[in-house]
Amino acid sequence: MREKTFSADDKALPEVIAFVENELEAACCPMKTAMSLTVAIEEIFVNVAHYAYPNGGGTATLAIEHNAEKNELMFRMTDSGVPFNPLAKPDPDVTLPAEQRKIGGLGIFMMKKTMDEVFYANENGENILTMIKKL
Amino acid sequence: MTINQNQNNETLVLALEGRLDTTTAPELEAVVEKIPENVKELIVDLAKLEYISSAGLRVVLAAHKLMCEERTGTMRVKNVCDGIMEIFDMTGFTDVLNIEE
Repeated sequence: MREKTFSADDKALPEVIAFVENELEAACCPMKTAMSLTVAIEEIFVNVAHYAYPNGGGTATLAIEHNAEKNELMFRMTDSGVPFNPLAKPDPDVTLPAEQRKIGGLGIFMMKKTMDEVFYANENGENILTMIKKL
Repeated sequence: MTINQNQNNETLVLALEGRLDTTTAPELEAVVEKIPENVKELIVDLAKLEYISSAGLRVVLAAHKLMCEERTGTMRVKNVCDGIMEIFDMTGFTDVLNIEE
């Protein structure tokens, strides 16, 4: 398992993406899946950056593990900010015509669609979001 | 990200190159807000776009609404790669946008 801690700030996004892309490449993840997985992690990271630390200054840790036997990837995002379960938000209606569309909530929805399994826990004052993708 | 703009009479082509994510979406937003009043046809060329996240989708939708609702114009999206098409499919954008095959 590889793990990296980032400043919980939009400015750290390029570092997060570079870390994810590197791990996906090591796991021989197909190109098409790689983009939606990277998007999923961006959405989760940006969510933490925007909501977990109202006073700024926090960090988020991302762990990535490739289980070669099951051929699946596990991503775990941990932060010690405000308790927040991103999975509790209702999904947006993606069948509405353009004029009725509200774009909020789309990021988390995309993450849920991309991943095969997602779990949220709040333990010892930490938000822990675990995501599994079968390759 | 690089945004190439090419206006010919009432047609404006925006060719996007690189990554349209949380950090770069504001650059496109600034360009969309300044689309000249006389533009009736907007063409968004994604041939060189490598990546799009929800922040990018938000701006693409804003451009679509601007052209098709506020102004009586049109917007077409062309040269969409497989990875980006998957994101459009997932979010229902394939039904909202006018995507050229």
